[in-house]
Amino acid sequence: MTTNIMIVGVGGQGTLLASRILGNTVIGEGFDVKVSEVHGMSQRGGSVVTYVKYGEEVFSPVIDKGQADIILAFEKLEAYRAMPYLKKGGKMIVNTQEIDPMPVITGVAKYPENIIEKLKENIDVTAVDALSLAIEAGNPKAVNVVLIGVMAKSTDIPYEKWVEALKATVPEKFLEVNMKAFNLGYNL
Amino acid sequence: MKKLMLGNAAVAQGAYEAGVTVVASYPGTPSTEITENIVKYDEIYAEWSPNEKVAAEVAIGASIGGARAMSCMKHVGLNVMADPVFTVSYTGVNGGLVFCVADDPGMHSSQNEQDSRHYAKASKIMMLEPSDSSECKEFTKMAYKLSEEFDTPVFLRLSTRVSHSQSLVEIGSRENVPLKDYEKNIPKLVMMPAMAIKRHIVVEERIKALTAFAEETDLNKVELNDTKIGVITSGITYMYAKEALGDKVSYLKLGMAYPMPEKKIKDFAEKFDKVFVIEELDPVIEDHCKKLGVEVVGKEVFTLLGEYNTAMIKKAVLGEDAPFSAEIKEEVPARPPVMCAGCPHRGTFYVLKKLGLVVSGDIGCYTLGAVAPLASVDTTICMGASVSAAMGMAKARGKEFNKKLVSVIGDSTFMHSGITGLVDIVYNKGSNTVIILDNSITGMTGHQDNPTTGYTIRKEPTKQVNLIALCKSIGVEHVVVADPFDLKNFEKVVKEEVERDEPSVIIAQRPCALLKTVKYTGHCKITEDCKKCKMCLKLGCPAISFDGENVKIDTTQCNGCGLCVNLCPFGAIKKED
Repeated sequence: MTTNIMIVGVGGQGTLLASRILGNTVIGEGFDVKVSEVHGMSQRGGSVVTYVKYGEEVFSPVIDKGQADIILAFEKLEAYRAMPYLKKGGKMIVNTQEIDPMPVITGVAKYPENIIEKLKENIDVTAVDALSLAIEAGNPKAVNVVLIGVMAKSTDIPYEKWVEALKATVPEKFLEVNMKAFNLGYNL
Repeated sequence: MKKLMLGNAAVAQGAYEAGVTVVASYPGTPSTEITENIVKYDEIYAEWSPNEKVAAEVAIGASIGGARAMSCMKHVGLNVMADPVFTVSYTGVNGGLVFCVADDPGMHSSQNEQDSRHYAKASKIMMLEPSDSSECKEFTKMAYKLSEEFDTPVFLRLSTRVSHSQSLVEIGSRENVPLKDYEKNIPKLVMMPAMAIKRHIVVEERIKALTAFAEETDLNKVELNDTKIGVITSGITYMYAKEALGDKVSYLKLGMAYPMPEKKIKDFAEKFDKVFVIEELDPVIEDHCKKLGVEVVGKEVFTLLGEYNTAMIKKAVLGEDAPFSAEIKEEVPARPPVMCAGCPHRGTFYVLKKLGLVVSGDIGCYTLGAVAPLASVDTTICMGASVSAAMGMAKARGKEFNKKLVSVIGDSTFMHSGITGLVDIVYNKGSNTVIILDNSITGMTGHQDNPTTGYTIRKEPTKQVNLIALCKSIGVEHVVVADPFDLKNFEKVVKEEVERDEPSVIIAQRPCALLKTVKYTGHCKITEDCKKCKMCLKLGCPAISFDGENVKIDTTQCNGCGLCVNLCPFGAIKKED
C-alpha cells in the first residue's frame, strides 16, 4: 500500500519546497518514495500540483482522481479544484487564503462562494488560517511550512523526524522562521 | 547510499559516475536541471551555449577530442540541433557522446507535443528510455558504454514526469575514464559525399548490430505474470501501467526505444490472448509491432494526446472503472499562469496593447503577454520567430502595416536565434521594429545566465555581449534603450520607432523581479482618492483585483514594483513601506 499526498496551490506559494520537506521526511522512515514536481511555465502564478507517494514500492509518481489520502491545499480555490482527487475517507487540510486567478481579476469569472462549506459537504476538511500563522512566525512566505506542520501532526511520523527533514531542506538563514512556522502549525 | 533525486539530477549523477568531462546545453523545460546539476561536479566543464545547435556541436567536438561528452535539451531544442545530429550519426564518436532529450507530453511548459522518438529512427541513432530516477542514472552510464562500444552517439529520452519526479538513487563513485587519443581521420570525420557514402554503409551495419543487441539486452525486460494479457510499454508509461495493472498482466518493458527488438517482441506477443501497447504520444512501438505482423491493441483505445494516467489504463485494459471521487457541481474558474507581480514585461505589453500594435511574439515568460487582460501577443511559433516572421508579415502586407507591427523577444532568446532574423531585416531592406525584452536573465526556465548577463553557468564573470553594439554592428542604426516601467516615455519611444522606414531596435531594459539583485521594497496601496476607473486592472497584475465594490491590492502578492503607481491617472495608488 502506498500513501498518496497531494500538495496544491498557486505558483510561487512554495509547494515545491513543501513536497521536498515531505519527501525527505518519509525517506528517513525507510520507505520507497516518489515526489513529482512542476517546473517551468506553470510556476508563474498558475495552479500547481505536486505529489508525494510513499510505501513499500511506488510505481507512478502521479496521483489520479479518487486516490489521494491527504490533500494539502495552500489556497481555497485550488482546494476545491483538487477535491475529486481525494480518496473516500481521505483528509484535506486547507489554508483559508484566497488568491484571485486572472479570470476573476478580469471579471470573466467569479471566485466560488462558501468553498469550505462545500468541501465539508463532501469530505473531511481541516481549515487553517496559515497566512496569519506564517506572519506570526515572522514571514508570510512560510505558509508552506505552517501547513506541513499541521499535516505532520496527523501522521505517525515522530516530531523529531520532521525537524530533521526541515533542517536538511531549508536554507539555514530561514531555519528559525521556518521552525517557528512549523511549530505553530504542529501545535494548532 | 540511497538518495532522493530528481530524474534530471540522476542523469547528471550518471554522467559524473561515467567520467564525463564536457557538458554543453541550452536551458529548456523539462531538461534544464540536468545541466544545472552538472555544475555541482567540479570535474566536469559545463556551459550554457547560446542555442542547442551550438551546444550539440560543442559536445560533438569534445567527443571527437576524446572526452565523454553530453548535451541536454527539451524536445523542441532537438529541432534546433537536428542538423549536426544527423551527421554525427555518420561520423560516430571517439569519447562517448550522449544527447539527453526531454519531451513534454501534456505540454506543461511547451509550444508543441512532439515525440522525439521519431528523431532516433530518422537519424539512425540509438535511443534509451528510463522510467525513473534510478534508471536515469543507470541508463546514462550504460549509454556511454554503448556509445563507445558501437561507435555511435546515444539519445537518452526523458519526459516531464521522469525528469521532474524524485525517486531513490543509489549513489556510486566516479569512473576514471582517461582522455582518448585524438587522431586525424579524414574518411571518418570529414563528411563530404565521397566519405559520407561509405559512412552510411557503416551506419546501416551499426543499426543491424544494435538490433541484435536489443534482442539480448536486459534493457528490454520481460516480466511474466498472467498469460492472458501482455503489455508492451516504455518510459513513464511503464510506471503507470505497473501501478494500474500490477501482476494481472505480463510486461515487455522496452528500455531501448530505438532500434527495437524483433524476435523478442514476437516471442513475447505469442504467449498472450491479447497484447496492448501502452505509449504516450505517437504509436512508435505500435507501428513497429504491426510492421512485424504482431497483432496489438494501441491507439484505437489509447489517446494520441497528452499524458496518460492509471485510471485510463485500468479502464482500457481491464475494463475497471476509476475509484469514487467527489464531484464539483459548478464551474470552477481556471488559474492560468500569469506574469509575476513586478514583471518588467507587464509595462511593455501594457503599452503595446494601448497602441493597438500587432505583436510578433516569441518563447519565454513574455509569451504570457498573450493572456488576458493584456492579450497583446499575436503569434508564437518558436525561438527566434518573432523577428523573422515579422519580416515576412511586413513583406506580405506592406509598409503601412509594418508601422503597426513589432517583434518582442527576450535577451536570451535573441542570442539563441533572434540575431539571424535581425540580420535578415537589415540585409533585405526591412524596416521592422524589434523590441528586445532585456530582463538580464533567462527567466522562464528558472534564471540561467546567458551571453548578455556577464556571467557563466558557474557564476564566473565573463565578457558580456553588448546588445546595443551588437545591433549597431549588423547595421541597425536606430537602437534605443528604454525602461518599460516609465510608461509615458516607453510609449513615446515605441510610437517613434514604428514610424521609421528603417530597421530599429528598442531594448526594454528592466531586470526580472525574481532576481535576488532586484530589491523592490514595501507594497502599493489604493488610497481613498481611487475613482474606481479600473485602469490599473488592465495591467493584469495578480496582486490587483476588484471585489465588486473596491479595487484592492493583495499585500502577500504585491512586491512594491510601483508600475500601478506610475499608471494611475488620479495618483490614487501610493507606495507604503
